[in-house]
Amino acid sequence: MKRTLGLLLLVLVLTLAPQVGYADEVIKIGVFEPMTGANAAGGEMTVEGIELALEIKGEVLGRKVEIIVVDNKSDKVESANAVSRLIEKDKVVAIIGSYGSSLSMAAGDIVKKAEVPAVGCSPTNPLVTLNNDYYFRVCFIDPFQGTVMARYAVNELGAKTAAVIQDVTQDYSVGLSKYFIDAFRELTGDKNSIVELSSYNTGDQDFTAQLTNVKNKKPDIIFAPGNYGESALLIRQARDLGIDVPFLGGDTWEAPEFLSIGGDAVEGAVFSTHFTAEAPVTSESGVFLAAYRNKFGKEANAFAALGYDAYMLILDVMEKAGSADSQAIRDGLAEVKGFVGATGVINLDENGDAVKSAVINKVDGGKFIYLTTVEPD
Amino acid sequence: MGDLSIFLQHLANGVSLGSLYALIAIGYTMVYGILRLINFAHGDIFMLGVYITFYGILYTPLPWWLVFLIAPAITGCIGILLEITAYKPLRESPRITILISAIGASFLLQNLGIVIFGGRPRAFPVPKLLNQVVRLGGVSINIVAFIIPIITVLLLMGLNYFINKTKTGMAMRALAKDYDTASLMGIDINRIISITFFLGSLLAAVGGIMWGVRYPQLMPLMGTMPGLKSFIAAVIGGIGNITGAVTGGFILGLGEIMLVALLPRLTGYRDAFAFVLLIIILLVKPSGIMGDKITEKV
Repeated sequence: MKRTLGLLLLVLVLTLAPQVGYADEVIKIGVFEPMTGANAAGGEMTVEGIELALEIKGEVLGRKVEIIVVDNKSDKVESANAVSRLIEKDKVVAIIGSYGSSLSMAAGDIVKKAEVPAVGCSPTNPLVTLNNDYYFRVCFIDPFQGTVMARYAVNELGAKTAAVIQDVTQDYSVGLSKYFIDAFRELTGDKNSIVELSSYNTGDQDFTAQLTNVKNKKPDIIFAPGNYGESALLIRQARDLGIDVPFLGGDTWEAPEFLSIGGDAVEGAVFSTHFTAEAPVTSESGVFLAAYRNKFGKEANAFAALGYDAYMLILDVMEKAGSADSQAIRDGLAEVKGFVGATGVINLDENGDAVKSAVINKVDGGKFIYLTTVEPD
Repeated sequence: MGDLSIFLQHLANGVSLGSLYALIAIGYTMVYGILRLINFAHGDIFMLGVYITFYGILYTPLPWWLVFLIAPAITGCIGILLEITAYKPLRESPRITILISAIGASFLLQNLGIVIFGGRPRAFPVPKLLNQVVRLGGVSINIVAFIIPIITVLLLMGLNYFINKTKTGMAMRALAKDYDTASLMGIDINRIISITFFLGSLLAAVGGIMWGVRYPQLMPLMGTMPGLKSFIAAVIGGIGNITGAVTGGFILGLGEIMLVALLPRLTGYRDAFAFVLLIIILLVKPSGIMGDKITEKV
């Protein structure tokens, strides 16, 4: 009798134990972002948004959520290592990241092979999600961003010629430059409207040689998407060389460092980005902005908002699927329609890209000033 | 802009960059010349110099020019500390051991920098006086670009005088020839080595401050590339030879600018250019342009 009871108890324990353990187990979401190196500011801003979202919604399906942040050091190889670590060692069910298209692309094959879904916050190069069923993003992509800036240059600034200066080591910069060039040529109807295409590398500090060549071509505007640090130095040196035409760029310029390093030189610089505290778009924007102000005592930026959205989107998908299984999350992400995020309503298309409006900001008086919002076609 | 003024502008850009490399290379090569030690942490001492200046300007009531004078001295003391902790215990060890210790010190300083200063870049507070543009005909130059070569040449002359004409300088040269004999002659080896590191680190900090004024973006890893480039400059000029280091710096700076200016397609290979130059020099004339013939000490 005793023996049967013992056996029964054992069976009971064995059948119940995994379930009890399962319910207590935390859901791990991995975050790989640049916390050091050339993109550190972008990574840090994004993580702030993710941490804020975790504070607001730290539980799903009755289980606690934990985020594990790994620094990818603004380096492609480190980025691949960071994601492998999150998957193999930390066994995360989903991944958020990364600021910087190149850094995200370095992780693409790894998440695909491991079948762990990843949601990018701000990598805008189309190749990040292309042919990868496990990569999604909550931001728009560069063909749109490039067109937005080309239109602004032609319609608002009346530019007939442009010079483009790109960072050849950043897929973001090269891609965005290409889409800008295509759109600018089409809008001006002039194949020769791009008078100069110059290049530099991430980490370069001296751009005087490229700028001297650009100056000689006398463009109406200069499009120079790149890391905030390099771009700020580039614009400083351009002003020193007596180049006084407007500078246009992309979303990476939205960093306090762009203003502090650039100083007076970056006054008047215009760039596209994802979101601005000055023009909330959804009910969720208000919730996010208030919470951010409360926690950090300042106005939120686009990257924090995207980090917030990426996290909230993953939790929303888990809730709807009723599962925290990687495959279920992936399948849920593939069908996201009408998710109300802080940066706008998110619909993911067949590539896993969000189709959203862009915001145009200008540097004025040492601050980012909101100019206008551009809707997708 | 006419062709001539474009060329002159490129020339001015090259001299400006080259003089920065030269400035950092002086300290590098001096330490090598006297101690036969490639101090791979030189670039990180350079980084510390910039950060010390940054904090000095922002968080002390001192005027910027005073900070510009004090910060290199503080950095010099850190250099002495580095020598005492990382190199002195290994003085009797094979040279390769000290070299590895130098690489370790470099990583340590970089990561300490990340922990203490944070990973996000800071903006160097450039004094207004140094942030003005001079226009000569079609050529525009920031006033710093004028000042840096002057400082470089002044420091070069000062250091040459110090090493060749003073008693301490003589002791340094004696040390470079032979440790043991020098100590038998009553030279306080520890003191001389400390002075050497103080000067080397001080020079790195001066280079760092000028770098910060010219490229006002501070990062804990900012010393790596300038450190490597100035090392290359030192090797081109003949490592150990101070005048050679300055020459090497100018060659490298001008070469880089001209490569980007005249062959824009090769811009991506800008850093590679410096290393290719290093390889060529090592193959063709390992002792550098102005270096002595290398004779192994027995």
